[in-house]
Amino acid sequence: MSADAYVVIEHLRGQVTDISYVMLAAARELVRDSGGKVVAILLGHKARELSTDLSADEVLYVDHPDLKDFIPDAYQAVLVGLIKEHQPRAVLMGNTSIGADIAGALSVTLDLPLVSSCRQLTSDGKFVCQICGGKILAEGALPEPASLVTMTPGVHKAENGRATTPPTVTDAQAPSLEGLRTQLRKYIEPEAADVDISKESLLIAVGRGIQNQDNIALAEELAKAMGGTVCGSRPVVDQGWLATSRLVGKSGKHVKPKVYLALGISGAPEHAEAIVDSDVIIAVNTDPAAPIFDFAKYGAEVDMFDVLPPLTEQVKQAKG
Amino acid sequence: MNIAVLAKLVPDLVEELSIDASGAKLDTSFARLIVNEFDDHAIEEGILLKERFDGQVTILAPDDEGIDDVLFTAAAKGADRLLKLKGISAMETSSHALARAYADVVLELKPDLVLAGVQAHNDLDGSVGSLLAGMLNLPYVGYVSGISMQDGQAALRKEYPAGLIAELQVTPPAVLGIQAAEQPPRYVAVSKVRQAMKSISIEERTVAPTESPAVPHIGRMFKPEAAQHAIMLAGAPDEIAGKLVKIFKEIGVI
Repeated sequence: MSADAYVVIEHLRGQVTDISYVMLAAARELVRDSGGKVVAILLGHKARELSTDLSADEVLYVDHPDLKDFIPDAYQAVLVGLIKEHQPRAVLMGNTSIGADIAGALSVTLDLPLVSSCRQLTSDGKFVCQICGGKILAEGALPEPASLVTMTPGVHKAENGRATTPPTVTDAQAPSLEGLRTQLRKYIEPEAADVDISKESLLIAVGRGIQNQDNIALAEELAKAMGGTVCGSRPVVDQGWLATSRLVGKSGKHVKPKVYLALGISGAPEHAEAIVDSDVIIAVNTDPAAPIFDFAKYGAEVDMFDVLPPLTEQVKQAKG
Repeated sequence: MNIAVLAKLVPDLVEELSIDASGAKLDTSFARLIVNEFDDHAIEEGILLKERFDGQVTILAPDDEGIDDVLFTAAAKGADRLLKLKGISAMETSSHALARAYADVVLELKPDLVLAGVQAHNDLDGSVGSLLAGMLNLPYVGYVSGISMQDGQAALRKEYPAGLIAELQVTPPAVLGIQAAEQPPRYVAVSKVRQAMKSISIEERTVAPTESPAVPHIGRMFKPEAAQHAIMLAGAPDEIAGKLVKIFKEIGVI
């Protein structure tokens, strides 16, 4: 086994995703004292130029028509071969709709330990995972001699994974990708929305605490009084209480309003990563241990149903 | 079509979580357990598939206190067969070991599709569905929010960030990680659940948990100590409302 940390670069429709840069930064930290290299694995088709700003000592580039888009079987087949051949200390993947699809099968096929939902790797070989909606951290020593890791954002900074000079790119051969059982038919664009929440400056966000669809009206009334827009977290959209276009989170929109008023939102990591660029986050929640209070600027431990009516009324009065 | 759905319980995050005396494990002895919400969506998607394309839905679950209610509720919604894995608890078992326990039963059931929640909030070694797929050498697609069947192929809606959807085609048998069912998990009245308890029984399979060396050892669990904490606004609700209005004015959004 080598001391090298390998990073499976994620890209979607011609764009390297932010988690790839986060993973490169984490990999750099992991090998800081060991002398290992950071190696990026880039799978794609006519996608070599995606390597340009990857902060890696080397990029292993595999080009194949079946790697143009993410197909789990195809990625697995290539990665199994590369990991067996190079035997790195660690292979980092995103805890995302790409990385999480392949990590399980790689762990089983290669009989390698898998550490999931990892937010931090340290140069002394430790990992810290974030579980239970961000309420618990789990720490351990990254299993030796080799481990697979799925990473979440939060500690390592994407900017530390970006390079200003292109890295060395080495071509690697794809194995036969005959007989794939999964195929991409097409992409379906997000439905045209009445509003683009990623561009709104005032967002009134509701979470599971809103309890039912009828209560959305309370948030709508405040939004109307303030000139803001209502959006929500995953449970609210899954219940069909808000349109998918209003979803804030890992699989929804990332937002950066002047004010993000979070009502009944706990601040699970999947939601947190999408709102941290807001200028001011204000959280209203009855749970004093809700993780959102750890990154909001202002908070109130109060039932939203007690505070929403007087708040709407006072906003109306203030605006005359 | 033969559909197997994997379901398990997880600690309710609304409740206070605590860490046991070892300092490296959640203390679930007094925790309120609820069905993993993604598994609940997987159950719903399984029932929807049965209603649209015919077939049988079997729910498989490890043996934790309260799982019988989840199983009977699934039966009241339309599940045909309930299987409880005796000798294994989701609270005490890694995802690898749970997947291993499921694997033998799934092999026996020979389902066209295995549906599982895309993740559980307490997964530390990957999701059960993705590991099971690896063990059975089946294709796996996660973050699925819609399935339809066409000419023996499953057409899947897979979610990516920013609302982008990929439509994938997978050849069954396959394991799918469900992010969300096409409709919210349906409500069933208690009377229907009681009726299901009389008309269907829970089959039991005894399994011996086999811990895998591929599971990371946790040295310490702890609650995050935030580098910062929100400035808390205290007072009665109308006083808090007044303070919020003042902040909104200072920022210039009203």
